[in-house]
Amino acid sequence: MAHLALNQEVIRRCRELADRISRPVEEMIGSHTTVAIERATLRLLGVNGALRQGGQLFPQVNLIVEELRKAGALERGALFWVVNGMLRKKMPLLELAEQAAGRKLDLLKLPLAPEAEIRARALELCQAARDRLVAQREARDGLRAEVKDPFDAEGRNGPLLYVIVATGNIHEDVSQARAAAQAGADAIAVIRSTAQSLLDYVPHGATTEGFGGTYATQENFRIMRAALDEESRRLGRYIRLTNYCSGLCMPEIAALGAMERLDFLLNDAMYGILFRDINMKRTLIDQHFSRRIIALSRIVIHTGEDNYLTTADAIQNGHQVLASQFINERFALNARMTENLMGLGHAQEMDPEHPDVFLLEIARAQMTRDIFPRSPIKFMPPTRFKSGDIFYSHLMDAMFNFVGVLTGQTIQLLGMATEAMHTPLLQDRWMSIKNARYIFNGARHLGDDIEFKRGGTIEKWADKVLQDTLRHLEMIEGKGLPRAIEERAFAEVSRTEGGGKGFDGVARRHPAYLNPFFDLL
Amino acid sequence: MELNLKKLKPYGDILDDGVVQVSFTLPVEPSAEAREAAIQLAQKMGFEPVKVATMEKAANGFAFFVIYGNLKASVDFTQIKVLKVESEKRGRDEIDEIIRKHIGRKLVVLGACTGYDAHTVGIDAIINMKGFAGDYGLERYQWLDARNLGAQVQNDELLKLAAAGKADVILVSKVVTQHNIHVKDLKELMAKAARLGLKEKLIFVAGGPRVTHPLALECGFDAGFGVGTKPSEVASYVVEEYLKRHLPEAYEEVTGKKASGARKAASKPAPKARSRKPTKPIRKAKPRRARARV
Repeated sequence: MAHLALNQEVIRRCRELADRISRPVEEMIGSHTTVAIERATLRLLGVNGALRQGGQLFPQVNLIVEELRKAGALERGALFWVVNGMLRKKMPLLELAEQAAGRKLDLLKLPLAPEAEIRARALELCQAARDRLVAQREARDGLRAEVKDPFDAEGRNGPLLYVIVATGNIHEDVSQARAAAQAGADAIAVIRSTAQSLLDYVPHGATTEGFGGTYATQENFRIMRAALDEESRRLGRYIRLTNYCSGLCMPEIAALGAMERLDFLLNDAMYGILFRDINMKRTLIDQHFSRRIIALSRIVIHTGEDNYLTTADAIQNGHQVLASQFINERFALNARMTENLMGLGHAQEMDPEHPDVFLLEIARAQMTRDIFPRSPIKFMPPTRFKSGDIFYSHLMDAMFNFVGVLTGQTIQLLGMATEAMHTPLLQDRWMSIKNARYIFNGARHLGDDIEFKRGGTIEKWADKVLQDTLRHLEMIEGKGLPRAIEERAFAEVSRTEGGGKGFDGVARRHPAYLNPFFDLL
Repeated sequence: MELNLKKLKPYGDILDDGVVQVSFTLPVEPSAEAREAAIQLAQKMGFEPVKVATMEKAANGFAFFVIYGNLKASVDFTQIKVLKVESEKRGRDEIDEIIRKHIGRKLVVLGACTGYDAHTVGIDAIINMKGFAGDYGLERYQWLDARNLGAQVQNDELLKLAAAGKADVILVSKVVTQHNIHVKDLKELMAKAARLGLKEKLIFVAGGPRVTHPLALECGFDAGFGVGTKPSEVASYVVEEYLKRHLPEAYEEVTGKKASGARKAASKPAPKARSRKPTKPIRKAKPRRARARV
């Protein structure tokens, strides 16, 4: 594979700055919890039921945690109150959860059991939960070993063919996903219903109606994974499942994804802040716990830097993408993730009519590959300049596929000719997969057979972006991440530390906060 | 052969050959029967003869077809009437000069994504300095005071700001179209504007990938612009419409057209002649795909 001669000293300094940027944030993360973390904790223990109230299903974890939040009792951790209730009432967890959720029992009114007893029992429960996650991980690894698995984090097997389904109906999604797998797709993402990321709960059960996508629920995860298991065995090729772990329920989606054997989760340390206007503290605290779960389950995350290129100019903002990738990498390392799990995101979104645009796109893709050599790089297709001219759009996707295979990208989200028109039809996806297979096959080893001209346009552009990135990180480090975000360090969006949704779900931890998962994951 | 506009047909490589390409998927395995089914469907669409260019297996139980056919139908082009924005396209310098010379003050333009729509890509492209496709945004115009209020601006808030800021023009961008929310929000804005007496005073312009001029008119707006619209096209319309309403003589001088139906003064708005009813009901647009990227 041809590589760019990049200034390794600058790369090292960028990583050092990312580390320094993360430190004050890590202190804040370590001293706080959120409603979403507490709910995820209970979900990991198995509290995944829902209560019907007025025709709607409310997750038990929301009902329990909300009572604790209102009473200012979250600082001890939900587990503390729940385990105390189990001990005092001599009740199994699920029965207690049902009673507490249905307000037949007030967890805060029970006399307290001895602290040591509560801690010992909590640890036991969490260990059992951890064992279940490990068993699910091993079951997944078992299936991957049983059939052929095309995935290689460093992209040596060529890009993975990755497509989305988005019908709104999980059963229809299954048909579309099977069809895509049969046509050659390696990974399927079920797009979520619009604005699910702004719901402060995870909907319950199988769903058949959504807007522009299908709700992420535990049951929907299970249904789709079961179908893909079957398809993997039938095709003799492991098919991955992706969902979206962003928004107000990051830790819970991570927990459900881990329990239901998901392979990929979209998970970004800052996406919620910038693009969903979710409170900064809430997002940063939540991303950490979600990534702890992800680390144990060895799910591959996809970060969201591609979004910076869709909302701001892709030629001018390369350095913001790279700076964010360094920061995302650091936060992931801090959450005990390994590099092979960090699918760092970017996209081919430059103006297609810009002179020599492919030299710049190749520079951007190759430098991402070379700066994060052990990470699976996620490459997103053109969307911004897609139009109703589906023939031109199809051609744009072909060039995107060419850049992807040439530069050793790991996970290629295939573009759709009808991108600007509708959620993909079965035939759109088929056409797109055929396009990718043609180019990935025909240019598979091109990268091994060429080299980049030293000091040429491509290398110079990469060097410029890298230098700009260093300056950008220095600026962020100087101001601190919160102020830098307020001053539009990323995607030309400004957010404040106290603004955004979900701030009321953040609580400072008591010195005796109880959550053994922080040691076990 | 001579082009007969009364019997217009698609053009392949010979006038009036009526060549059309169409592609679709049938939820059956590719087979001789599937091919025949595709041919019969194409015949029902009015193609004769029908050529199946390809039949591909898109997945188990799905056959994908590309078909070429010759369309039998034609339309009378001379009878076609379309509602569209009629203003002449002008450049930024020319528009600035028209405002300077004839109006003598900056026109105040407020833009927003209304309701819960968080997709600012459209309004940003029109208003923000940078503009779109090499066409500078309205902020860059010397004689426009253009402000982008951003996303999720509620209708009441927008009208309040318009009244307080003495706006001349309101630009509303709608991207999300699920359950026709864009139509509801646009109509609500105009109903509220009418109650506040702002409807006739201001120029209301709607935009978005599923917004058309007839749709905008039906919602009570003065004009609508679809995807790919450049800032200068919006500015061209705005300046002509302003002149037409308030300065009919200047309008005639600039456009060479009669300002028929133009009102004499802004303070005494005459009831607007709303003869511009769309000929067709609004078709239900499919929700635009918003790829959730994270």
